[in-house]
Amino acid sequence: MEQFLQQIASGLANGAIYACVALALVMIYVSTDHINFAQGELAMFSTYISWQLMSWGAEFWVAFAVAVVFSFVMGVTIERVILRPLHNAPVLSIVVVFIGLLAICNSMAGAIWSYLIKEYPSPFPKSSFGIAGVIGPHQLGVVLVTLVVLGLLFVFFRYTSLGLAMRAAAQNPQMARLVGVRVDWMLALGWGLAASVGAVAGTMVAHIVYLDPNMMGGILLYAFASALVGGIGNPGGAVIGGFIVGVLENMVAYAGNQIEKITGVYIIGNGEKLTVALIIVIFVLTVKPAGLFGRVVVKRV
Amino acid sequence: MPAFPKKWLWILLALAFLVPLLQPLLPDVVSNYRLFLVSTMIIAAIAVLGLNLLTGFNGQISLGHSAFYAVGAYTAAILMDKLDMPYYATLPIAAVMCFIVGYLFGLPALKLEGHYLALATFALALSVPQILKYKWLEDLTGGVQGIVLSKPDVPFGLPLNEDQWLYYYCLVVMVLLYWAAANILNSRSGRAMMAIRDQYMAADTMGIDTALYKTVTFGISAAYTGIAGALSASAIAFVAPDSFNFFLSIKFLIGLVVGGVGSLAGSVVGGIFYVLVDNSAQALSTFVKNDLGLQFDLSAYTVFGIILIVLMYLMPMGIVGGVYYLVRSMRSPGAKAREQAALKQRASS
Amino acid sequence: MKTNRRTFVGGLSAAVMLSGSRAAFAQKKYDDGATDNEIKIGHTNPYSGPASSYGVIGKAIEAYWKSVNDRGGVNGRRINFITLDDGYNPAKTVECVRQLVEQDKVLCTFNTLGTPTNTAIHKYMNQKKVPMLFVATGASKWGNPKEFPWTMGYQPDYHTEAVIYAKHILANIKDAQIGVLMQNDDYGKDYWEGFKEGLGKEAGRIVKHVTYEVTDPTVDSQVIQLKDSGANVFFNVSIPKFAAQSMRKAANINWKPAIYLNNVSGQVTTTMKPAGFENVQGVITAAWLKDPTDHQWDGDAEMKTWREWMAKYNPNGNLGDVNYVYAYSVSFLMEQTLKKCGDNLTRENLMRQAANHQKLRVPGLLPGITVSTSPTDFYPVQAVQLQRFKGESWDLFGDVMHAESS
Repeated sequence: MEQFLQQIASGLANGAIYACVALALVMIYVSTDHINFAQGELAMFSTYISWQLMSWGAEFWVAFAVAVVFSFVMGVTIERVILRPLHNAPVLSIVVVFIGLLAICNSMAGAIWSYLIKEYPSPFPKSSFGIAGVIGPHQLGVVLVTLVVLGLLFVFFRYTSLGLAMRAAAQNPQMARLVGVRVDWMLALGWGLAASVGAVAGTMVAHIVYLDPNMMGGILLYAFASALVGGIGNPGGAVIGGFIVGVLENMVAYAGNQIEKITGVYIIGNGEKLTVALIIVIFVLTVKPAGLFGRVVVKRV
Repeated sequence: MPAFPKKWLWILLALAFLVPLLQPLLPDVVSNYRLFLVSTMIIAAIAVLGLNLLTGFNGQISLGHSAFYAVGAYTAAILMDKLDMPYYATLPIAAVMCFIVGYLFGLPALKLEGHYLALATFALALSVPQILKYKWLEDLTGGVQGIVLSKPDVPFGLPLNEDQWLYYYCLVVMVLLYWAAANILNSRSGRAMMAIRDQYMAADTMGIDTALYKTVTFGISAAYTGIAGALSASAIAFVAPDSFNFFLSIKFLIGLVVGGVGSLAGSVVGGIFYVLVDNSAQALSTFVKNDLGLQFDLSAYTVFGIILIVLMYLMPMGIVGGVYYLVRSMRSPGAKAREQAALKQRASS
Repeated sequence: MKTNRRTFVGGLSAAVMLSGSRAAFAQKKYDDGATDNEIKIGHTNPYSGPASSYGVIGKAIEAYWKSVNDRGGVNGRRINFITLDDGYNPAKTVECVRQLVEQDKVLCTFNTLGTPTNTAIHKYMNQKKVPMLFVATGASKWGNPKEFPWTMGYQPDYHTEAVIYAKHILANIKDAQIGVLMQNDDYGKDYWEGFKEGLGKEAGRIVKHVTYEVTDPTVDSQVIQLKDSGANVFFNVSIPKFAAQSMRKAANINWKPAIYLNNVSGQVTTTMKPAGFENVQGVITAAWLKDPTDHQWDGDAEMKTWREWMAKYNPNGNLGDVNYVYAYSVSFLMEQTLKKCGDNLTRENLMRQAANHQKLRVPGLLPGITVSTSPTDFYPVQAVQLQRFKGESWDLFGDVMHAESS
């Protein structure tokens, strides 16, 4: 029973990580209609910026704020400089550009900061936070920060005119242009915001998995699955999707353990937990093709 | 996308068959290593061709072709290792095996589109290396250690060395597969495949069995890539789960896009590019470091990323598409001039 | 005068040897890759991809040969070191190594990295009879001169190391219940097999065996499973990132077993500090290299030379990275081997000299550990010493153990 609780708690904590990165993916999808494979690497790069500032003596929250702003500028710049000329290129060509970006970010970070893992501090107070033995203070903090970011995004998209304009620009660029939305800049803005959300995710994740240039590789896979489970265009869905994937994965391993304990036969374990979790996810998607919380877009022909 | 002119195809093919025979004359230019390198390009081209059938001609995206490549490679390796089957006999079995896996995978994939299909195939690419390590399959797959094989022997006492033979073997397989793909695409089924890509609903209402075509295309595509995997098992003489990670899928995708989506010739160009770019990125990075004296450590991986982005800038439609438009735009002024001359003539007469 | 028979024989054989070596020196002999001015050495390493943290080894070795060339080379010959990126992909390694051997025509390859990657080229190199020296992997299959006379390993193998831990656990921990965390690849597997062999009849003491994939974000779930099994010994076979995570998680959920950590993660700054010093007191590991982040070597002469070398040739290199010590030591051994070849730079002689080191002191190895090889012993470094973590550094204890590998 204790193990069960701990597995759930650890699944939720991991889920928070996936949810955080999934939010950044959703962000870019909502505002540009693309899935950015380089999102994780951009977030990793931003996290290194904050690490560098802290190693120069900055406070955590100062470094955090600077990294978020820096990421925003970086995102806008990438959109304006690299992607702007490719607005009319086929989707797959854009995907290849993302892969190129991924390669550049990853290797540049390695060249600048080396591939050794680095410690990354946690901003949350150690003692008064968390539930001893079940969920650590940092894990709980990550869950809270994820929810705060989600809340901010919700308010932004729902209640501000800028958010509305961004959604319009992504969903129907021509109509948006007609009503006076500057679509090009909305795309750039979307990139900036996504990179900022990514920076938040990176700074939250780095304490748990440690900072290194490949830290986002594995996480991005999970985040991608989370975003899709929840419905790719839905920030709330992405967060719930993250928690689902995190808990599901641990439960698969837990179930495998119990089976082995009772019957003595090894059927599934840690080696297969990702596979089984993904099979479940795909099964869910074949039943609900737009994700759990996504809306089916009806196409008019 | 335009078809490749037939005349050129024949000339290229004749050249491809003749080049290895020049080895006694030019031992340094036509070295065994280069032949081996070209063989790996051919193998990559077959894999990309398979992906192109699915993505380029049927409009279904896949990030999971490394899985089919792995299934093909392992099928061949296990047959050779456990049953002592000759290497050439493994190809059809690997193809059938991959067709079945691809077809079965195509069934749930019917319900998925776009990003969701990308995720499902992505999951496939991630799972296969893990399944290869699965405890109960270890005896068969060799687990994490993989299987060490021997290189294909030269049959019938032909006066060729191993690498020359491997080259011809791969080349013949590719030519056959290319020819088959061209015929499929040119047939009623091929047009149905493309109709599904271009106008899904129209195709459906016109009575095309879209579900059948989509799943069968998945199977054929997987079979192509599986054959490439089986060839690679023979060429490299070793299979291990590490060779088939997700990044292999990405490389196929890069080959596809850089070569030309929806172009058979583009697949070949993409396969060549995919092998070449790795090597050239490294050469370029050393060049920048040693000869240009740049202090910053520009790694090959960075150069690789830059090459990709620049290529997409210059040729967003891929190399074959880019060259085609270039040729057309170069020709068109001439064509216009001729047209005008003809008009003038008619007016004067 | 009466000649003592023994000295006479001794003198004679010395004379024969001298004349033999003189003949070798007088007559320059070369294979591909060696000339009067140059020796070509090939190398593959993952500079990109998931294993790119090992990329520094390639860069450090490159820097080492630069320092050798600045000193005038080996016996007056420049070292031309060609290193290629294989991305830890066996298929790519085959391509790279064929390029090195057939196109660049290197004399030998040296310190090619990775178990699956080296497995892929093992047969080829031995068929081509090209020396494949001091490969950078801890698998135990590289010292098999009967079947593979052209391949030689370098570091103590994982298998032997695991046997040592197993024996130590049996001897020191009463009623041991062991939980094992292992990376699910050949590296983890080697430790796992060795560990079971070391336990022998007591293998039933392993109450839980869990694995992780390199792509897993965390190993929290695995550590919870280990705790739940009631284990009081934790055998930790993971790379630094996961070693640090798992030991921190164990402390967080109040699991306090005796921890045996594999040598791969035995560095202070990359594993112990990130895990939190308070969480890793008493952890035991085996070592054979000096950890540059351990303050006990601050005044050590060899490490001082190493630091000077780092400052000059790797100014941007991370002084806390033990991979630089590794690269330095293995390159030193290669340099000595080439020196011993004199002017007879054939592949055969290179192998003969590589298999003919007697108690050679290689900088960077722990005190008391030396390199010895022979035509039947292709394991250059075979000794390790156990150490226990105390305060903020390692505390060596017990004797240097010369384990004979299987």
